[in-house]
Amino acid sequence: MAGPQELVSIPALLRRNAVQFAKAPAYREKEFGIWQVWTWAEAAEEIRAIALGFMALGLKRGDYVAVVGRNRPALYWSMVAAQMCGAIPVPLYQDAVADEMAYVLDHCGATFVICGDQEQVDKIIEVQDRIHHIEQVVYVDKRGMRKYDHSRMNWLDDVVAEGRAAHWRFDAELDERIAELDYESTCVMLYTSGTTGKPKGVVLSNRNIIETSKNSAEFDKLRPSDEILAYLPMAWVGDFIFSVGQAMWTGFCVNCPESPTTMMNDLREIGPTYFFAPPRVFEGQLTNVMIRMEDAGRIKKALFRHYMKVARKVGPAILDGKPVSVGDRLAYFIGDKIIYGPLKNTLGFSRVRVGYTAGEAIGPEIFDFYRSLGINLKQLYGQTEASVFITQQPDGQVRSDTVGVPSPGVELKIADNGEVFYRGPGTFVEYYKNPESTASTKDAEGWVATGDAGFFEEATGHLRIIDRAKDVGKMADGRLFAPKYVENKLKFYPSILEAVVFGNGRDRCTAFVNIDLNAVGNWAERNNIAYSSYQELAANPAVYAMIRGHVEEVNASVAADPMLSGCQIHRFLILHKELDADDGEMTRTRKVRRKVIEDKYQDLIAALYDGRTSIYTETEVTYEDGRKGAIRATLRIEDAATTGPAQRMAAE
Amino acid sequence: MNAMDVARMDGPEADAPRIGGVLMEMKNITLRFGGVKAITDISFDIREGEIRAIIGPNGAGKSSMLNVISGFYVPQEGEVWFRGRRRPQMKPYEVAQQGIARTFQNIALFEGMSVLDNIMTGRLTLMKTGLWQQALWWGRAQAEEVEHRAKVEKIIDFLEIQHIRKTPVGRLPYGLKKRVELARALATEPKLLLLDEPMAGMNVEEKEDMSRFILDTNDEFGTTICLIEHDMGVVMDLSDRVVVMDYGKKIGDGTPDEVRSNQAVIDAYLGVQHD
Repeated sequence: MAGPQELVSIPALLRRNAVQFAKAPAYREKEFGIWQVWTWAEAAEEIRAIALGFMALGLKRGDYVAVVGRNRPALYWSMVAAQMCGAIPVPLYQDAVADEMAYVLDHCGATFVICGDQEQVDKIIEVQDRIHHIEQVVYVDKRGMRKYDHSRMNWLDDVVAEGRAAHWRFDAELDERIAELDYESTCVMLYTSGTTGKPKGVVLSNRNIIETSKNSAEFDKLRPSDEILAYLPMAWVGDFIFSVGQAMWTGFCVNCPESPTTMMNDLREIGPTYFFAPPRVFEGQLTNVMIRMEDAGRIKKALFRHYMKVARKVGPAILDGKPVSVGDRLAYFIGDKIIYGPLKNTLGFSRVRVGYTAGEAIGPEIFDFYRSLGINLKQLYGQTEASVFITQQPDGQVRSDTVGVPSPGVELKIADNGEVFYRGPGTFVEYYKNPESTASTKDAEGWVATGDAGFFEEATGHLRIIDRAKDVGKMADGRLFAPKYVENKLKFYPSILEAVVFGNGRDRCTAFVNIDLNAVGNWAERNNIAYSSYQELAANPAVYAMIRGHVEEVNASVAADPMLSGCQIHRFLILHKELDADDGEMTRTRKVRRKVIEDKYQDLIAALYDGRTSIYTETEVTYEDGRKGAIRATLRIEDAATTGPAQRMAAE
Repeated sequence: MNAMDVARMDGPEADAPRIGGVLMEMKNITLRFGGVKAITDISFDIREGEIRAIIGPNGAGKSSMLNVISGFYVPQEGEVWFRGRRRPQMKPYEVAQQGIARTFQNIALFEGMSVLDNIMTGRLTLMKTGLWQQALWWGRAQAEEVEHRAKVEKIIDFLEIQHIRKTPVGRLPYGLKKRVELARALATEPKLLLLDEPMAGMNVEEKEDMSRFILDTNDEFGTTICLIEHDMGVVMDLSDRVVVMDYGKKIGDGTPDEVRSNQAVIDAYLGVQHD
C-alpha cells in the first residue's frame, strides 16, 4: 500500500483506493431507472482508459480541459483522467449561456472540452467563431449528435475504446506523466461566480485540495462507508472538494442523480450519510413540508404540531448530547417513531450523520427545524480561494447565528475595518493570468482577504459574519448601512424569495422584494386569491399587505440593535419578475449583484425615494436560450411603519 | 415481426441517406360518410425516414386522412399500399403489429395508470408469453418483462420523463401527457408514426420541446413520421414534404418551400400576401 508521502495527487489517491477499496462502490448513477454501480477498481480502470483515449487524441501536459455538464460519473472521471495526462481540469457552470462560457473558455485557453450532452456541445459550437484554440470536443450523451461534424468531435465511449486499444502505445508515457504530478502541481482551476466583474480563475494545487480534504474529513470523521449525492454544480469548489477531494481521500461513494428533476426522489433512494446543501434547498424542502401539512387531515396536523413542539424543545439538546429529562426523552422517542422518522425518510435525511449548509445565511427557524428532527445540520464558512473551508461548526457547538471555529490548519485575523483574513493549507495559489488581483487579495505572508466583515464572539471563539465588507456603507447621517443583514432577515420569511435593500449614502432605506411563487401561490390558493402569473400575484394588494407585515416585523427587529437601527425599511415594492442569473441580476450561485440591479432599475429606485405610489416600467428579460424579451408593468410602492429612533422619517 | 432492436435504438452507425424508398402510398382515395365526401380522390406517398406533414384549414379532412392511413377508416374508393403490398381491411391490433403507431388529438391515455404502465402497454403487441404465464410471473414471462422494461426505460430517458415515471397520468399537465402519449407510441417500435396535432394547445416552450423530440425520434430511430399540425412555423421547420388539403381535396404537395410559393395554397390556407 502506498505511503502517505506518495499520496500527492488525485490519480495517486485513486490508485490507492483501487487497491484498498477495490470491491467497494465508488460511483453510482441512476440510469434507465436503475442505480448503476462502479467499484473503485472498475472506476480506476475506466478512468485510465479515458486518460489513454485523451492521449490518443493528443492531449498535452499543461493543457486546460473544460468540463461542462450535469453531475455524472463520466465527467468526474474525465477530470481525473485529464490530471493523469498532466492537464488541468476546468469545470464550468452548465447553465451558463454561450457568452459567459466564451469568456471562461477564452481566458483559460482550453484545448479540450468535455460536454455532457448536445445542449452543451451546441454552446461550444456557437462560441467557436470567437475562440480558436479548442482542438477536441468530447461528449458523453450521444443523443442527437449523429449529424454533427465529427472531424474534431468524439463520443466518450469511442475515446475510451480507442484508449483501450492503444494502451500499448501510451501506457508508459501515461505512467510517466502520472509520476510527474507532485504536491505543487495544479489540481484544478475553478472560476469564481463573479459577484463583481468578470469571473476569476482560481488555481488550486494538489496540496490545497488534498490537505483540505484530509483535514475536513478528519474533523467530521468521514468514513469509506459514507454516501453523498453529487447534485450541486460541478464548477463550484464545494462539489470538487466533496465529490472529488474528500471522496478520493476517504474512499466514500459518490452518487449521481438521474436528472436534475429527479433529485429529490434520488436523494430519498440513496439516503446520504454526508450531505451538503445551500440554505435555499433546506428552505424549499421546509416550505414543501409545510404546504403539504396544511393540506393534511386534522388528526395528522394536530400530531405534527404537538410533536414538532416537543422536537423544538428538546431535539437540539439531545443532538448536542446535553442532559435532557427522561420524560422529554420518551416524548421525543415516540415523536421520532411516528413523526420525525417518517418525515426524515420522506426528505431523504434518515441516514444523515453530517450535514452542512453554507453560502448564505440560513434562517434560524429553518436551521432549528432540521436540527430538532435530529439531523446534524451544521454551518460552515468558506470560499473558492480557501478550497472551501475557513470556519466550520464542531459537533455539539452548533448555532444558527455563527459560522463556527477556524477549520483545522486555518489561521484567522480580523482587520481594523472588520474584514476577515485567513491563511491555511487550502489557500489558493493564484488567480490565473491575473497577478494584480492575486496581489490585492493575497499578501506576501499568505493572508487572504475574504471581503466579508465579521467578528469573533469572545465567549465561544465562534466567528460571526455581518455582511460583505464592501457593501457595508454609511447612510447620509453617518449611521451604519448593512444591506445583507436586513435582506437575510427578510428572506427568512418563506413568502420572500429575495430582497435587495438600498440606502447607502441616503437618508433612509428602501427595498425591492421578490415573492416566492411556491409559498405565496399556495397561500393565495387557500385565501381564494386568483392569479394567472407571477406578475399578477406580485401586484395583488393582499400580497402587498402580507409583505408589508413582514417588513414591519423586520423593522422592529432591526430597531432592537442600536448600531443598525438606521437600516429600517421605509418604502418597498414587489418586483414584477424574479431576479435571475440569465439577466445578470444574480450570480450563478444566486447571489444578488447590487451594481447591476441598481443600474437596471434606476427608475424604480428613484420612485422609491421621490414619494410616488406607483410607477410604470419596462424590463428586458433574457430567456434560457439567450433570446430577449420585455416585461411591462405598473408597480405599486408602499410605505412601511418603522420603530424607534427612526420615527421622524415615518412621520413624513 | 422485425421490430427495431437495441442496436437500432442507438442509431445506425453509418450516415446512410435519411430518406429511402416509398413506405406507404395512397392511390386515389375517396372517403364518404353517407352523402358527405370527406376525402375526394387524393393520392400521395410517404417515403421511408421522412417527416411528412398534412396541413389544411379546419374541416379539410386531415384527421379523416390520418384515420385512413392508420386503417381505422376504410375508403370507399382507392387503394392503400404499405411496404410494397396492398393493404387489406385490418383490426386495430393488426395495424399496430404492422408497425404503425399514433397519438391522438385528444389525448387517449389510461388516466389512472402510472406513466411507466401506460408506456408498457405500448409493448403489449410485442409480448409473446400468454396471460397465465404473465399473471403468475413465471418462466419466460419474467425475462420478457425485464427485456421490455429496459426498452421502455430507454424511451423514458429519450423523452426526458424520468421524474414522472411513477406518477399517475391523470395528475400530469397537458404538455407532459402529450409526451407520454408519444412515448407509448414509440414503445411499439413503429415503422410509421402518426401524430395528430402533437402541438395543439401548447405554449411556445412546450412546442419547441416537442419539435425537438419529433426530430430526434426521426433522427435516432429512423422512424417515418406523418403529422397533422396547425402551427405553420412548426410544419415548415419540421417536415421534409407537405400535403395541403382543402375541402377534402389535395391542393398542393411538395417541400415546404414549394408549398409556401404555391399560389393555390397561399390563397386557400396561408392567406394572400400583402407586400
